[in-house]
Amino acid sequence: MSTTKSRPFLLDFEKPLCELEARIDQIRELAQENNVDVSEQIRELEAKADQLRTEIFSTLTPSQRLQLARHPRRPSTLDYIQAISEEWFELHGDRGGSDDPALVGGVARLDGIPVVMLGHQKGRDTKDNVARNFGMASPGGYRKALRLMEHANQFRMPILTFIDTPGAWAGVEAEELGQGEAIAYNLREMFKFDVPILCTVIGEGGSGGALGIGVGDRILMFEHAVYTVATPEACAAILWKDAAKGPQAAAALKITARDLKELGILDQILPEPSNGAHADPLGAAAILKNALISNLEELFGLSPEQRREQRYLKFRQMGKFLG
Amino acid sequence: MSLFDWFANRQKSEQTTQQGQAEREIADGLWTKCPECGVLAYTKDLQANMMVCADCGHHMRVDSNERIRQLIDPKTWKPLNEELEPIDALNFRDRKAYKDRIQETQAKTGLKDAVQTGTGLLDGLPVALGVMDFRFMGGSMGSVVGEKLCRLIEYGTQEGLTVIIICASGGARMQEGMLSLMQMAKISGALEHHRQAHLLYIPVLTHPTTGGVTASFAMLGDLILAEPKATIGFAGRRVIEQTLREKLPDDFQTSEYLLQHGFVDAIVPRTQLKKTLAQLISIHQPFFPLDAGPNAHHTMPRQTLVPQN
Ligand SMILES: [Zn+2]
Repeated sequence: MSTTKSRPFLLDFEKPLCELEARIDQIRELAQENNVDVSEQIRELEAKADQLRTEIFSTLTPSQRLQLARHPRRPSTLDYIQAISEEWFELHGDRGGSDDPALVGGVARLDGIPVVMLGHQKGRDTKDNVARNFGMASPGGYRKALRLMEHANQFRMPILTFIDTPGAWAGVEAEELGQGEAIAYNLREMFKFDVPILCTVIGEGGSGGALGIGVGDRILMFEHAVYTVATPEACAAILWKDAAKGPQAAAALKITARDLKELGILDQILPEPSNGAHADPLGAAAILKNALISNLEELFGLSPEQRREQRYLKFRQMGKFLG
Repeated sequence: MSLFDWFANRQKSEQTTQQGQAEREIADGLWTKCPECGVLAYTKDLQANMMVCADCGHHMRVDSNERIRQLIDPKTWKPLNEELEPIDALNFRDRKAYKDRIQETQAKTGLKDAVQTGTGLLDGLPVALGVMDFRFMGGSMGSVVGEKLCRLIEYGTQEGLTVIIICASGGARMQEGMLSLMQMAKISGALEHHRQAHLLYIPVLTHPTTGGVTASFAMLGDLILAEPKATIGFAGRRVIEQTLREKLPDDFQTSEYLLQHGFVDAIVPRTQLKKTLAQLISIHQPFFPLDAGPNAHHTMPRQTLVPQN
């Protein structure tokens, strides 16, 4: 059971629910100690908790979803990979002089199928986050991703990418090594691969850094994940000239799964366990695994040419204009 | 230059406008002052020199109409998809409604959006040309820019044309949200098809080329040219300065810096651009038939391979 004690990263809007859940636990413990039957009361309170949960999670504002997407306990790429695959062997290096820990990947087996999995990796704590640069990949990370995808194509393994980054790393070295070129190259090459490609936004889909591993036959996204052209904070600073207008920017930019499905950018929204993926990582992993397998089954029914053509047509129709 | 820098600079220039009203009145007419070295030049001379300062070589900004005149042989320009117009799909409003921003910018520039596309002859060579216009919301890329460039590249693929794109953009247009970001993928996909057909694509990077444009079609050229001293980069200079809390070298993210780090093939002064493009296109005309096998050269007339004694 999740209680306030065991959840150190409590978001403001989660608090009422967490307090109620803690009270239910407390009553249950007291009743047990004193040998009293409180099942009726517990049932009532649990029904109330369910109602509260539905209320909270069905009326999340875009900026609350952004908080959930960035939740420090939200399952990361490696958490999901380890939870959904029977075998996993991480591979390292871009073969050009670097191995970026902010973008991880390797070979794995998913429901018996050999696949290549890769994604942005945020840290699980402060120290890990520093080592992984908060999931902000360098050019070497995107080139490692490309090398792994080429490997997948070479050995006829589907490519599964997991998107979870605030954005590509903005630094002097990243510019020197061609951050723009590294991302651009991936965008073009991903249209070329014969094998099925599934891209899933698991947490934060930040701009070009997300898209750099985001061209696929299907784009999936978790219910509380976000995908945005620029971080709402940056957008607020530029357009509102006030970084504190982040929540307004988050709403205006249409970054939630539901909005993006409507705009024709997503193929499928993956529902999250009732309190969000961070409250039940294994539950979220099971949902992800099922979705990946059923999408792969559909894609296996197409020829490589059909996949490439449909992949292009899918992106080709994105955009809204007159004329 | 990021969009952030662009907005900041624009504010700055609005201020200078007020301060130097008298000075500008001179500049608006017959004379233009070089913003780099301060020398006054006769505007007609400056235009004849393609808006490049004769004294210091500074490349002043030119709009898309002027670019087309500079590159395309007279009376051969045929615009494509001129009718495409932006819409406010997100109902976006920051300090101003996107709808109003579009209308105002259209009225001011006479353009529907931030790119002009079409075909024409460049020193007699047929090309498909896209020219971004920085005056239109900082050359930002939304659905219309993406769609027009995509159609241009697809047309080029279909007709076997070299594609040239003159880049000038602060990146993706935030007011169209994720629709803008996805244009990067869409255009890259179109370029992949053009490439499969063994056709030549040359982006020309002009000041400024940043953000999502750099992270897509600007960096996907078979050959990449840049104008001197243009700002070219992925992340905005300010963003990097803020994260690092240190001042960056002056040449950071310039054409010269990119050349030094291996990301552009050559820096070409504007006055040489047409000639250079013509030379490069001509040298890439298929000499051996592309679909012929490795022994294709046997079918070529020998005198074109071996100089006659
Ligand atoms: Zn000058």
